[in-house]
Amino acid sequence: MSGAAWAPKVTIPAHWRGPRAMLALLLSALAFVGAVVVGTAIGPASPGVREVVEVLLGHLGVRDAGVPAVTDRIVWEIRLPRVLLAGVVGATLAYSGAAYQGVFRNPLADPYLLGAASGAGLAATIVFVAPVPALLGPVSIVTLAAFAGAVAAVVVTYALARVGGTTPRTTLILAGVAVSSLAVSATSFLMLMSRENTVSILAWLLGSFNDSGWHKMWFILPYTVPAAVIVYLHGRILNVLQLEEDQAAQLGVDVERTRAILLLAASLATAAAVAVSGIIGFVGLVVPHAVRLVLGPDYRLLVPVSTLVGGSFLILADLGARTLIAPGEIPIGVITSFLGAPFFLYLLKRQRTVFM
Amino acid sequence: MLEVRGLHVSYGPRPVLRGIDLSVARGEGVSLVGPNGSGKTTLLRAITRVVPWGAGDVLVGGRSVARLSRKELARLIAVVPQSVALPIGYTALEVVLMGRTPHLGFLAHEGPRDVHIAMEALELVGAAAFAGRRVDELSGGERQRVVLARALAQEAPVLLLDEATANLDIGHQISTLQLVRRLARERGYAVVAAIHDLTLAGLYTDRMELMCEGQIVCGGPPRQVLEEERIATVYGADVTVLCEDCLPGPVVVPYANGAVTVADAS
Repeated sequence: MSGAAWAPKVTIPAHWRGPRAMLALLLSALAFVGAVVVGTAIGPASPGVREVVEVLLGHLGVRDAGVPAVTDRIVWEIRLPRVLLAGVVGATLAYSGAAYQGVFRNPLADPYLLGAASGAGLAATIVFVAPVPALLGPVSIVTLAAFAGAVAAVVVTYALARVGGTTPRTTLILAGVAVSSLAVSATSFLMLMSRENTVSILAWLLGSFNDSGWHKMWFILPYTVPAAVIVYLHGRILNVLQLEEDQAAQLGVDVERTRAILLLAASLATAAAVAVSGIIGFVGLVVPHAVRLVLGPDYRLLVPVSTLVGGSFLILADLGARTLIAPGEIPIGVITSFLGAPFFLYLLKRQRTVFM
Repeated sequence: MLEVRGLHVSYGPRPVLRGIDLSVARGEGVSLVGPNGSGKTTLLRAITRVVPWGAGDVLVGGRSVARLSRKELARLIAVVPQSVALPIGYTALEVVLMGRTPHLGFLAHEGPRDVHIAMEALELVGAAAFAGRRVDELSGGERQRVVLARALAQEAPVLLLDEATANLDIGHQISTLQLVRRLARERGYAVVAAIHDLTLAGLYTDRMELMCEGQIVCGGPPRQVLEEERIATVYGADVTVLCEDCLPGPVVVPYANGAVTVADAS
């Protein structure tokens, strides 16, 4: 089918790398940087945007503007790790959500679908209830337990859903629902049995960046960076996976293997995100969905833009969490759900005929 | 080009294909006919290894399908599926470009050459006009042609069609089947097409294989296969096969208890 001197009668720009796509990438990158700067500048003892930029430039070795040591400490040791962690967690949940939605061919999928959140919740609750030390080196035991719990839940779900060498999507979703509800009921039981820990357990479950520091960043990055690269590089294949399973296979995609790789990467990253911040809902569900509505379904654009938008969104949500009722703090999961749920309902209402 | 040898397939304990032998040469168009549930779709799916086999083998160009990677297989066999369900939001061109998947490395993206091939395929099936439209806004028949274009963009020497004309009106049925026959004759595709309409199948394919209960019960030129008595046995349907000599091919019409007199028609 080649050789003929044939000229296209219509030229169609590739949506994922046309000018519109480049603009979307640029804007979401600017939004992310803007969110980091604003998030770092606002709070008690507000250093101001200019000083924040000075501190950042100073630490990046660009130039030393002689910012007061106190300001430097507030920005570099307290505010920035928190803001960046929120950004990384938001980004992780968003691209993981995109990967889950792509693998399950369902815009209602989210990165907690296979039990990562409830598994982490149960493991964290056990640590709160059990007499164990709070820290292991610089990392809190809760973080480690939550990570292990999330991974364990996903592994159990996957193992349960495996039938004769294949893992059907529907079985996987149902197994995830079963494992999740089992873990949630165990968590509820433990919370009721241990009244004195209920508040701290609930605060953890609803998510917070209150206890952030660079060490949490070092905990999550080794998982989320490779996972982000893996999901991003699968963009074109994720598009093909949107076809019916047989068709994707007949186009040369090893559906089962690709699915396993993507779920493994996204689940590990999600587990790390939940471990450092608790269970933050709606980001992984709504962000990719919203980006898809604006930019179309091509995962080569959807994944990077969702990553940046998810990061920006969670930085701003965390800003709200720590400033709205200052000096008190609202759990961030409450904020994201409070903003996310109405927005999601709006999307559903608008999209019923098209996406469902 | 394509050779199926003693293929057995079961869904659980239920045998669906019971020893299929089929051989299709380059440039040859074979129609697969038979009642619902006779195993036509399963045979096409088994050839592309989407359904596991019990026994037997499938060879493409002398190589066993079982030993090919998914990607190698997709470069040799393209399938036009029965279902025209396509993902929401993608344009027709984007869907056809997915046909280039087996030719692209993991990190590669579709280049100008791939777009050229995809547009040429769209042109061939008469769908170039809606290349830029979203597939969810197209009619069933238009989507069917987009799916056919996607299979052509695969540039595989073997083309399998599973009721690929079922959603088309008579005009597009004819143009599609003519196109497929032309592709076989001029470009050397080996074509296997499952077709429900016996008349159309007879008109546009060189050879017909009649399936019943997981076996090929009769194969040969349509004129030989389409016999009233045989159709009555296999389909349990009373039909009349019209005028085998004067028409371009046999015409199979329902026979309503003698209400239609065949002599009138000829």
